[in-house]
Amino acid sequence: MTVRATINARAHPRPTPLHPLSRRIMHWINAAAIIVMIGSGWRIYNYYPALPIHWGFPYPYTLGGDFTITEALNNDDGLANALLWHFAGMWVLTLNFLAYVTIGIGSGHFRRDFLPVSPRAFVRDLWAALHFRLEHRLGEYNAVQRALYWGALGAILVTILSGLSIWKPVQLQQLTWLFGGYEIARVVHFCGMAAIVGFLVVHLSLTALVPKTLVAMIAGRASERRHAPAGERR
Amino acid sequence: MTGFMRDDPRLVGGVERRVFLRQTLSLGALTLLTGCDISDQGGVQRVLRAMSAWNDRAQSLLFGGQRLAPTYREQDVVRDFRYNAFFPAAASPKLSAAEYRLELSGLIADKRAWSVAELHALPRETQITRHVCVEGWSMIGKWGGPRLGDFLRRVGADLSAKYVGFECADGYYGSIDMPTALHPQTIMAVTFADQTLPTAYGYPFKIRIPTKLGFKNPKWVRLIYVTNRYPGGFWEDRGYNWFSGS
Repeated sequence: MTVRATINARAHPRPTPLHPLSRRIMHWINAAAIIVMIGSGWRIYNYYPALPIHWGFPYPYTLGGDFTITEALNNDDGLANALLWHFAGMWVLTLNFLAYVTIGIGSGHFRRDFLPVSPRAFVRDLWAALHFRLEHRLGEYNAVQRALYWGALGAILVTILSGLSIWKPVQLQQLTWLFGGYEIARVVHFCGMAAIVGFLVVHLSLTALVPKTLVAMIAGRASERRHAPAGERR
Repeated sequence: MTGFMRDDPRLVGGVERRVFLRQTLSLGALTLLTGCDISDQGGVQRVLRAMSAWNDRAQSLLFGGQRLAPTYREQDVVRDFRYNAFFPAAASPKLSAAEYRLELSGLIADKRAWSVAELHALPRETQITRHVCVEGWSMIGKWGGPRLGDFLRRVGADLSAKYVGFECADGYYGSIDMPTALHPQTIMAVTFADQTLPTAYGYPFKIRIPTKLGFKNPKWVRLIYVTNRYPGGFWEDRGYNWFSGS
C-alpha cells in the first residue's frame, strides 16, 4: 500500500473496501447500459444522421440485429430493434445514474473522492501524466481523474436530458427549448455521446495500463504487491 | 408508408456504405462483435417487446390531453415538404372525390359513410407544427382540417373506448389511443399549405397528430373505427413502439 493508504487503514480499524458492493454493481450496470445506448444510438443515427456529413457508424459496431435475419423476422432492417434497445436501455441508464448520484452525494463519496479539483492541481497532474510521471494510487484520484469523472457525469447528464428532449419534444417542450429546439437538441445528444465515448477511450486505456483498478472494480479491493505484504491486508 | 422512405437516396447510399464498411471491417478482429448482437434471439425480443409495452404505459401517463404541441410562424413552413412512403409518389392511391367514401365502423353510433364534400364542409382548424419522423428527420408544415375529436363526437363514437383505428387505401393501417384522438390538435387534414391536400400527401385527408411521430399520421384514410381491442399498426407490427408520442 502507499503511505497514504496505510495511514487511512490505520485510522479505521475495519476499513471499508475500496469500492463498496453497491458502487461496483452500479458501475457494471452503467457499463452495460452505456454500451447498449451507444450501439443502438449509432444505428438510429445512421438512418438519418444529425450531422451534415455523409458518414455513418460501421454497422458491425451497432446494435439492432443482423439485417437479413431481422428483415426476415420483422420485415424491418433493424431500426425497430435499435429503437427497442434504446428505449429499454434509457430506463436502466437513467435510474442507475440517479441512484449513483444520490448515493454518491449522500455517502460523501463525491465530496471525499472527487473534490477538490483545483485548476492548478489539474494542470500539474495533467503535465505529470503526459510525461508518465504521475503515480497511480489505488483508491485515491488525482486531479485529472477527478476532472474526468465530473466530465463523464456531466456528459451522461446532458445526454440523458437532450435525449429526453428529442424523445418528448411536445410533452417536455420547455426542455427542448432549453436545448435550442428539436434539431439542435439532436446535435447536443450526439455531442454528449461523443464526450462519453471520449471518456471511455481514456478510461479503458488507463485501466489497461493499471489493471489492478479493474480487479478493484470487480472484487472491491486489490493488492498493491510491491508495498503491502499479504498479512498486512485485511 | 408515413414515417419511412424506402426509396430515399440516403438509404440507397447507406446500403452501398454498409457493403463497403462490412468489407473493410471484415479485416478487423472486432467484427467478432457482430456475433455478440443478440437482438434477433427470441428471449431478447420478448424482453424488448415487454419494455416497449411498458413504454406505451409510461408515455400515456406522460401525455397531457390539453398540452399543445409548439406552433410555428408562416415563414418557418417548409416549402418543399418531403414525400414519404414505402412506394414512389407516382404510385400513391388516386382517390376521386366522386367515388371516395369514408367508412366508419366499430363503437360508433352513426356509421353513415362520408363523402369528400361533406368532410370539406366541416369547420376547420389550421396548425403550423413540426412533423417528427421516427428516423430522426423533422419538418415544419401547415395543415388544416376538422378536429378528429369533434368528428368522433358528431358521429356518436364511444369516447370511453381505448383505441381509434385507421385503414388506408394503400394497405397501410394504424391505431391511436383515445386521449390522443380527442387532443385539440389531432385533425383530419384536408389541406396542406392552404391548398387541398395533394394526392401524394394523402388526399382526401390524412390524420395529422403533432403529438406523435410521423408514422402515426396515416394518409389516404378510407376507414375509421373505434374499438377496445388492440388493433396494432403497419410499423407497430414490425417492432416499432405503438404509442410513439412526441
